[in-house]
Amino acid sequence: MNTDISQQLQQQVVQAYEQVTALRIIGGNSKAFYGRADDRLLSAEILNVSGHRGVLSYEPTELVITARAGTPLAEIEKLLDDNGQMLAFEPPAFAESATIGGTIACNLSGPRRAYVGAARDFLLGCKIINGKGEIMSFGGEVMKNVAGYDVSRLMAGALGTLGVLLEVSLKVLPKTEMVKTQLFHCSSIEALNKIHNWSQTPLPISASSFHDSVLRIRLSGAAKSVQAARDTVGGESVDNAEQYWHQLKEHKLDFFATEKPLWRISLASDIETFTAENDSNFLYEWGGALRWLKTETPAEIIQQAAADVDGHAILFRHSEQQTCFQALSPGLLRIHKNLKQGFDPKNILNPGKLYPEL
Amino acid sequence: MYSSENIESKISKAALIQALQDFIAAESVLFDEEDLKPYECDGLSAYRAIPLIVVLPETIEQVQRVLTLCHENMIPVVARGAGTGLSGGALPHEQGVLLSLAKFKNILHIDPNRRIARVQPGVRNLAISQAVDQFGLYYAPDPSSQIACTIGGNVAENSGGVHCLKYGLTVHNIQQLKIITIDGELLTIGGSGLDSAGYDLLALMTGSEGMLGVIVEVTVKLLPKPERAQVLLAAFEDVVNAGEAVGNIIAAGIIPAGLEMMDRLAIQAAEDFVHAGYPLDAEAILLCELDGTNEEVSEHVSKVRGVLKQSGATEVRTAKDDAERLTFWAGRKAAFPAVGRLSPDYYCMDGTIPRKQLPQVLKAMADLSKEYELRVANVFHAGDGNLHPLILYDANIPGELERTEEFGGKILELCIKVGGTITGEHGVGMEKINQMCVQFNSLELQQFHAVKAAFDPLGLLNPGKAVPTLHRCAEFGAMHIHRGELPFPELERF
Repeated sequence: MNTDISQQLQQQVVQAYEQVTALRIIGGNSKAFYGRADDRLLSAEILNVSGHRGVLSYEPTELVITARAGTPLAEIEKLLDDNGQMLAFEPPAFAESATIGGTIACNLSGPRRAYVGAARDFLLGCKIINGKGEIMSFGGEVMKNVAGYDVSRLMAGALGTLGVLLEVSLKVLPKTEMVKTQLFHCSSIEALNKIHNWSQTPLPISASSFHDSVLRIRLSGAAKSVQAARDTVGGESVDNAEQYWHQLKEHKLDFFATEKPLWRISLASDIETFTAENDSNFLYEWGGALRWLKTETPAEIIQQAAADVDGHAILFRHSEQQTCFQALSPGLLRIHKNLKQGFDPKNILNPGKLYPEL
Repeated sequence: MYSSENIESKISKAALIQALQDFIAAESVLFDEEDLKPYECDGLSAYRAIPLIVVLPETIEQVQRVLTLCHENMIPVVARGAGTGLSGGALPHEQGVLLSLAKFKNILHIDPNRRIARVQPGVRNLAISQAVDQFGLYYAPDPSSQIACTIGGNVAENSGGVHCLKYGLTVHNIQQLKIITIDGELLTIGGSGLDSAGYDLLALMTGSEGMLGVIVEVTVKLLPKPERAQVLLAAFEDVVNAGEAVGNIIAAGIIPAGLEMMDRLAIQAAEDFVHAGYPLDAEAILLCELDGTNEEVSEHVSKVRGVLKQSGATEVRTAKDDAERLTFWAGRKAAFPAVGRLSPDYYCMDGTIPRKQLPQVLKAMADLSKEYELRVANVFHAGDGNLHPLILYDANIPGELERTEEFGGKILELCIKVGGTITGEHGVGMEKINQMCVQFNSLELQQFHAVKAAFDPLGLLNPGKAVPTLHRCAEFGAMHIHRGELPFPELERF
């Protein structure tokens, strides 16, 4: 399917701007759980981008794909896969309806993130509608481009609060020749020690997780390289582990089957504050730099503990989510408000989705 | 020439000097013509301006006080690292303070577990890799000026290098910044995790050319040094074949650590200069560096050899040891000064194009070269599409500089036309400010100004750089028709 509804979307934003109507931006609605709940969003008019779809350009040897924001993520991944390539940041979809626009707006990345970069690292350019209904393009379809401020990357993770994504251009990478997973039974401290020792050597690690005294390491690369790395790291070889990593990425592991609030804590990989030692409510990813935690502990306590170690905690699922994202320092909040004002002066794009002030 | 935006300050030069000397040692506040002279330009020496005052603070508190003072008194501030930039980003403002970060040259902390280094902005790019070498780590972005350029400047320009395709630019390799806003507030952007709360201000700051804040600390990400690196050198009788070979390597599923192309004139210049053993009868050579584990490199070297031969390479050499690898690279790394020996002056361009457009762009450049009767040597980061055409000219021949400027402008427009950009890694600065009007429309430029205003509503940081005013674009539009009148710089190095 290939449909351009950018004019329609633009008209709706222009009208909302003139009438000062809040807009709730929706792609595939696969990540509706993510972000703050806000009364303004409940009463907002829906701006549905999912009809704006189609791959606009893709040439495998250029390592770049450009698609309309409503293009299903699955369609893009299928196309890349057919050409031996991939979105290296391994975005979670959470539902079949997930779109590439929503993927970038949320800037969520999967197990490979710690080793190759996040969604924002692969974003080369985008076309947006700002809060005044103006269509503009930033960045482009080339790897190196330093003309103007990096407005494209600013859109990644902004949850639509600065602009409606119309098109995105992403860098893609070749798939790796061989993928193998090794498993170790150890304590969380041992797991982190192993990971830190490995991460200082050029091993082809592409994912890691730790939960319930089990450390898993995924190795990806040239066949000989992966085989050699397997001998170096040791452990038990796991067959058909791709399903495990897929379920981890999509939150389909048993760990995620919970009604408890699920926290996503991002911090330095060697921090011992949020430790999984004898606590099956924790799951580590990204070599320890990302920790999922199921807990009823109040948000202030979790976020304060994260702030104390210079990290941040997001209330990811299962909550009222009024305090979803970690509070910003007064200075940063001022800059955020100014930026919001500069892109969306009447505060009509996803108001309150990220922070109450934005 | 560059006319700085006129800003009416509220304080006399003498009073400002006195106020600065209240908290900065007298020898670190420069105001005599002879002391100011060394700061009149950066790596783009065609543009020169003497600043009102140069200050060299040593502490974050001093930087805060300098900015607060300037903010209160409407004094423009231009931050400067090593001054190696090629686009005039650190060109002083005649009514302003030039804020040198040269005294911030300490590596504050190295953490091998977290693979990060926390450094002051005046630390040289190469010094970071040298300091962390003992842990088997390195800092990946390697601009050609890495021996001299500072990390603060690298962040301000989002510097690249020859390894960008695989390892990314500065924006991909930093984790946290400490900046001071124009009103003197210290902000921490990013965190100790791989991401942080809120908007991606880390990306916004990177490449912002000193327009949004002054960088006073940088936390860089480090990578384990590859087990092995190997370089292949391939010669081609036709530039088009060389371009196709690049696509074929990538189609084979290989991302080289570096992939550089040089054309005949650049090959000859480099060979005359450093005797790297380049084949002089080739129309183009490709240098392809592969790195990774031992096994991976062996596998990829044999694959790439095959691809290069199938793509029509007349000769493929593999460096037999590290010494030969460095010799292969020596020619490429010396390409700019080598070309400088062919001609009294040269002008370096920095456009990026989609790689598939290379044959078309090279053909168009060859045609323009004939039309303008000026030789062009091409050095090309082939993997990521970043072109550095070097136009050879002699400023002493009347009219030749003007022809060069016109030729350069045509090349930049060509880059935009084929879907590329006017600057891949050198930045806009003063140099390409007019071409910004070609690449971006007025809505986009206004949006850039809104970003600037979010940080610096009074416009005191690096005024007149990076993003043109709409007024300036309107003027340029008129000049656009009479291109010969355009002021354009010469380049002296790299």
